[in-house]
Amino acid sequence: MAIKLRKLVVQVDETRIEMGQAVEPPARRAVAIAVIDNPYAGRYEAKLDALIEAGEELGALLGNKCVEALGIEPGEAQSYGKAAIVGEAGELEHAAAILHPKLGAPLRIAVEKGAALVPSAKKMGTLGTAIDVPLGHKDAAFVRSHFDAIEARVSDAPRANEIVVAVAVTASGRPLPRIGGLQVSEIKGEDGLR
Amino acid sequence: MFEIRRVLTHVEDIFHEFGPAPAQPLKRGAIAAVMTNPFAGRYEAKIEHAMEALKPIGFDMAQRLLAAMAVPHASIESYGKGAIVGARGELEHGALWHVPGGYAMRELLEKNGVPTNAIVPSTKKVGAPSTSLDVPLTHVNASYVRSHFDAIEVRVPGAPAADELVYILVMSTGQRVHARVGGLAKEAIVGKDGLR
Repeated sequence: MAIKLRKLVVQVDETRIEMGQAVEPPARRAVAIAVIDNPYAGRYEAKLDALIEAGEELGALLGNKCVEALGIEPGEAQSYGKAAIVGEAGELEHAAAILHPKLGAPLRIAVEKGAALVPSAKKMGTLGTAIDVPLGHKDAAFVRSHFDAIEARVSDAPRANEIVVAVAVTASGRPLPRIGGLQVSEIKGEDGLR
Repeated sequence: MFEIRRVLTHVEDIFHEFGPAPAQPLKRGAIAAVMTNPFAGRYEAKIEHAMEALKPIGFDMAQRLLAAMAVPHASIESYGKGAIVGARGELEHGALWHVPGGYAMRELLEKNGVPTNAIVPSTKKVGAPSTSLDVPLTHVNASYVRSHFDAIEVRVPGAPAADELVYILVMSTGQRVHARVGGLAKEAIVGKDGLR
């Protein structure tokens, strides 16, 4: 692999009861997190191609890890999101290079389809910094029941010359959605919005 | 008695830490179950009976953790356990986990041919939602195996609420990724007293 992977973390968060109410079926969300070397740490580089390529590799790796951890078929994935935390010897644009140009295509293969934009967050950080990875429905960004976020955090990363990259995939929306808006049953799935 | 509200599994592969990468990455896993604290908000003199109710929960968690790690029983070389008690509970509520949590993993491993003579190391604390706990890891059959002294940070975002408990089990497939400070090696385990 082109990326230098130090650590891979996969978490599944299953909510069975919320505010005393049973959640049937349970709300299930996965997040897969990679800790990689930042090849551009400590200097300004005009071109960030190595990180753009890394994004492609990570979209497939982390997307598949999430789907596998949830134990679902790719088509059963419901929402997704992505985020990166850049260690202090890097710059915010390094997160952008990983997340935006090429990460989405292989992620969409991992979750089958994915007409909607993949919502994202990025920040600079240090060891143990947490980032809230935004979540939205993969085929229709306006599905209100699926607006959510999941925390990603690795206790010993990112070190100064590292980047933490997280991809989240769910098998459900929020535990007890009840604020109206566009429903999953109403998705057209053509423009990625509705 | 204990109603499970939420379950978080965490599995990590450690490929290296700047040193020569081992042929197989180290795999460490944790499972944290968030449940109601039946004793929250008051002092109860007798709580020991609750340990019985936790036994099936412990066994189920041990199985789920192993499934999430996706390795055979024989690959598990170290273990540990922990508890985080929400603000309306007391530390002693965390201590309820010692017997059912520890024996759940030992039973699961022993049944499948892995000797587990060693004590299951543990930590516990009272904490707010999202508090992290460093859960110790030591070798399953000989506590003094130096290469396997380790700890894994476990944290459930948003839990425990004041009237909740988080009970935790952790397992690992081997030694620290670049272990090299000597001491008892796993090859030298006698395997009788759980220590050496």
